[in-house]
Amino acid sequence: MTSIAKPIATHPRLKTNSLGLTIRDYEGGMSTLCAGCGHDSVTAAIVQAAWELALPPHRAAKMSGIGCSSKTTAYFMKQSHGFNSVHGRMPSVASGAAAANRGLNVIGISGDGDSLSIGLGQLTHAIRRNTNMLYVIENNGVYGLTKGQFSASADIGSKLKKGETNEQPPIDPVLLALSVGATFVGRSFSGDKQQLVPILKAAISHRGLALVDVISPCVTFNNHEGSTKSYQYTRDHDVAAVEADYIPVCDPIEITGLGAQSSNGHADSLRVVQLHDGGTVRLRSTSPDYDPTDRASAHQHISACQRRGEIATGLLFVDSGSRSLHDVLRTSSTPLVDLRHEDLCPGSAALDSLMKRFR
Amino acid sequence: MNGVNDFAFKIGTVNGTGSASANGLLMRSIFRMGIPVSGKNLFPSNIQGLPTWYEIRVNGDGHLGRAPELDMVVALNPATYAKDVAAVREGGYLLYDSSWPLPKQLEREGITVLGVPFGKLCVEAFEGDRERTLLRNIAYTGSLAALLGIDMQVVDELLNETFGKKPKLLDANHKAIRLGYDAAVELLECPLPFRLERMDATSDSILIDGNTAAALGAVYAGATVGAWYPITPSTSLMEAFTGFCQKYRVDPETNERKFAILQAEDELAAAGITIGAGWAGARAFTNTSGPGISLMQEFLGLAYYADIPAVFFNIQRCGPSTGMPTRTQQPDILSMAYASHGDTKHPILFPADPGEAFEMAVQAFDLADRLQTPIFVASDLDIGMNDWMVKKLEWDDSYTPDRGKVLTAEDLEKLARFSRYRDVDGDGIAARTLPGVGGKGAYFVRGSGHDMHADYTEDSAAYCELVDRLRRKFAHAITLVPEPMVIKQEGAEIGLITLGGCDAAVREAQDLLRQQGILADVMRIRAFPFQDEVKEFIESHESVYVIEQNRDAQLRSLLMIELGVPRESMTPILDYGGLPLTARVVVEAVAGAPAGVPA
Ligand SMILES: Cc1ncc(C[n+]2csc(CCOP(=O)(O)OP(=O)(O)O)c2C)c(N)n1
Ligand code: SF4
Ligand SMILES: [Mg+2]
Repeated sequence: MTSIAKPIATHPRLKTNSLGLTIRDYEGGMSTLCAGCGHDSVTAAIVQAAWELALPPHRAAKMSGIGCSSKTTAYFMKQSHGFNSVHGRMPSVASGAAAANRGLNVIGISGDGDSLSIGLGQLTHAIRRNTNMLYVIENNGVYGLTKGQFSASADIGSKLKKGETNEQPPIDPVLLALSVGATFVGRSFSGDKQQLVPILKAAISHRGLALVDVISPCVTFNNHEGSTKSYQYTRDHDVAAVEADYIPVCDPIEITGLGAQSSNGHADSLRVVQLHDGGTVRLRSTSPDYDPTDRASAHQHISACQRRGEIATGLLFVDSGSRSLHDVLRTSSTPLVDLRHEDLCPGSAALDSLMKRFR
Repeated sequence: MNGVNDFAFKIGTVNGTGSASANGLLMRSIFRMGIPVSGKNLFPSNIQGLPTWYEIRVNGDGHLGRAPELDMVVALNPATYAKDVAAVREGGYLLYDSSWPLPKQLEREGITVLGVPFGKLCVEAFEGDRERTLLRNIAYTGSLAALLGIDMQVVDELLNETFGKKPKLLDANHKAIRLGYDAAVELLECPLPFRLERMDATSDSILIDGNTAAALGAVYAGATVGAWYPITPSTSLMEAFTGFCQKYRVDPETNERKFAILQAEDELAAAGITIGAGWAGARAFTNTSGPGISLMQEFLGLAYYADIPAVFFNIQRCGPSTGMPTRTQQPDILSMAYASHGDTKHPILFPADPGEAFEMAVQAFDLADRLQTPIFVASDLDIGMNDWMVKKLEWDDSYTPDRGKVLTAEDLEKLARFSRYRDVDGDGIAARTLPGVGGKGAYFVRGSGHDMHADYTEDSAAYCELVDRLRRKFAHAITLVPEPMVIKQEGAEIGLITLGGCDAAVREAQDLLRQQGILADVMRIRAFPFQDEVKEFIESHESVYVIEQNRDAQLRSLLMIELGVPRESMTPILDYGGLPLTARVVVEAVAGAPAGVPA
């Protein structure tokens, strides 16, 4: 994972967030991905979302597996601890970190290879566990880092650069997540910052695991005609179900123009969902009967889009009453890492009296 | 054998019929009479219906390794009659259920066959198949009490403690015990020539299994995150940890829990969770056995290369593959020592019994934090799942955990630049920071090439610098891990090297050999990496035997590789059939072999 330090040149007129940090403070090392790689746009959206939310950088833990996508944790929030783990196993490492320190904002970045093949088991079980984290899949339909093999999200009929055609059915991470009980599911496109940033903000604020599948074209291996994960294909077939607009409890930042409009200008239905942290997500659906709080109709909508060759995007499902890992484990409100030894060790008197049980 | 407070017997039953509690009752009664005792549960990998045995050894001198021979076998499972009758020593006894005529299979010259109609007695006394089956076990316990001279007052006391809150069960158990006891007194000559006499040799001791003790060690060390995937024989470790945490770590007012136990989807995830939690600053562990160790390989390499503390309890069982899950062995010595691809090495602690499992569990967490690396605690099925008599566990309240080199926000203030992997002290250990500390403390963990600043590198020199530091760190570990235990005998020319659960049998063999005029020193290795002292021991003995429980002499190989001692200088004694080691195996190998002949 290469990353090159960026020249530091602070712009005097850059806006600051409530922590007094500029957007530059949320950036990371210089990307070494291919020019035009969709993953870099996702990085930019994460930077934007974290800055707007005024996430304290030191509270964030950036977790990833292995792949071009997994490299991106080095390209944002340089003031945060990062952990580039092993291929397909980010979810378990993230779960361990989240279990140990509930005060961390865990940001997990993965790829379609990382999450849907080698790491499919870990993805589904992290969802079931409802680890408190943002889980981004930068989905390009290929293994970028190993030079362009099909991934498990490649659509039937999609073609590799060399002309090979995929004949196996794809795994749709969004449908999968819904069926294993995910409590927050969104999808967007790396090229659509307008839509992606608010989804990321809502996802970060969600209590539990928030899965965001981002179609993120690989310009080198999968951005040609015949690829269903190309820029062109995605632009033509993107159907936004729900526009999300996350509003924190006290929002110091001007966010006008961010995700406030729906993509097609219909008279939309608006739904306001209160999240655990006190913030709200305002969901604007393009079809008035779309209900992002109903798992079954979300499933139906996504499948229907799929049948029409369209990709459902937006905030597709949210269960704002979800019980996260720590709620289920009833872990102490003080992070486990902050407990003192006296709080943990029963001491010699307890041991003495316990010994009677073994007589 | 075969005297007062010196004998062994085994009971053959069918698993799932409730014999386990009867066997526990027998063992505990003997223990309460103040007599040293050990029990070995030889059980099948099955829930119900297959043969299972329980061996009990009584030894006033305190030799509690598995008994070299059996003075009596209680044969209650027709499916194993042939095997059971053959297991009795010449001149020994066989006790069977004489509700039916003596089966042909049980006839044997040179032994005494005793019969008590347990089945018939229970059919007459109790209602219902389930109750009759369960209480038949208690009935044979009563007969054994009469035959062996177990104090019935002690038995009654134990029954009262166990069933005190369930009067109906208590009555039935008392009745069944009496049935068996009275029948034996009436039908047989009681007690037998080998029998029990009260002693006072257990008052400072307990009966405990190693998994329970290790779990307790984890609680006392302050472990807060446990991740696991069920596997015999390690499962009961996390179950015990859960129980102790519920007892000691739940806030009575808020109900909040000061622990997190995650049952993962597999051992890969269990390792990942452990490493993630260790990185975040918790004391974290996972418990597993051979197949799990195989699955954890990639993560072990990551934790090694990225300097992350974590504790791995490996309760070893018979491999390869699924092997014999309910049989004991020490088959993972090499796969732990060098776990994962690339150049890797991991410290291993080898407890010999549950007492040491408790101590070493605590040490493992200190070492993991100090050395910032995975630490194995290599127990096995025999230590982990059998009840052992050990000294009462003790705790020193002045203990403070060694969290190793961790920089706080204030420490970071004073630094011009924090470099995660810079070896300032020359011990190969660089100071770490925990996520949440912020500012200069942030760094990027990666399993890919990194330099001392934790930045990505593909530069040869930077790479070598890092892996050489890890080598220095491993060398430094030698100064921190527990030293070997040595029991010397004046004038000994033979050296016996062993590890882990072989200890009891090897010490007994040392005594038996002395009685034959063969003097041997014993060295029990307690950790990897090995101290110089181990090399000196090998070099200073005319002939050295390395006693271990695997086919391929893995400890000997590790000694050869790591200490550079020649293969010819060590003769392996290998016992790998899956049962705990007996002193006889060692004595026969040493006394039977001309000294100094290599294998
Ligand atoms: C255990 C293991 N097997 C194989 C690899 C090789 N490998 C590295 S990245 C990768 C695929 C990455 O694909 P994806 O997650 O989609 O990321 P992308 O590069 O497309 O962003 C593979 C197979 C590895 N690092 N580890
Ligand atoms: S290979 Fe594809 S995924 Fe990887 S950096 Fe290049 S464009 Fe991005
Ligand atoms: Mg990919």
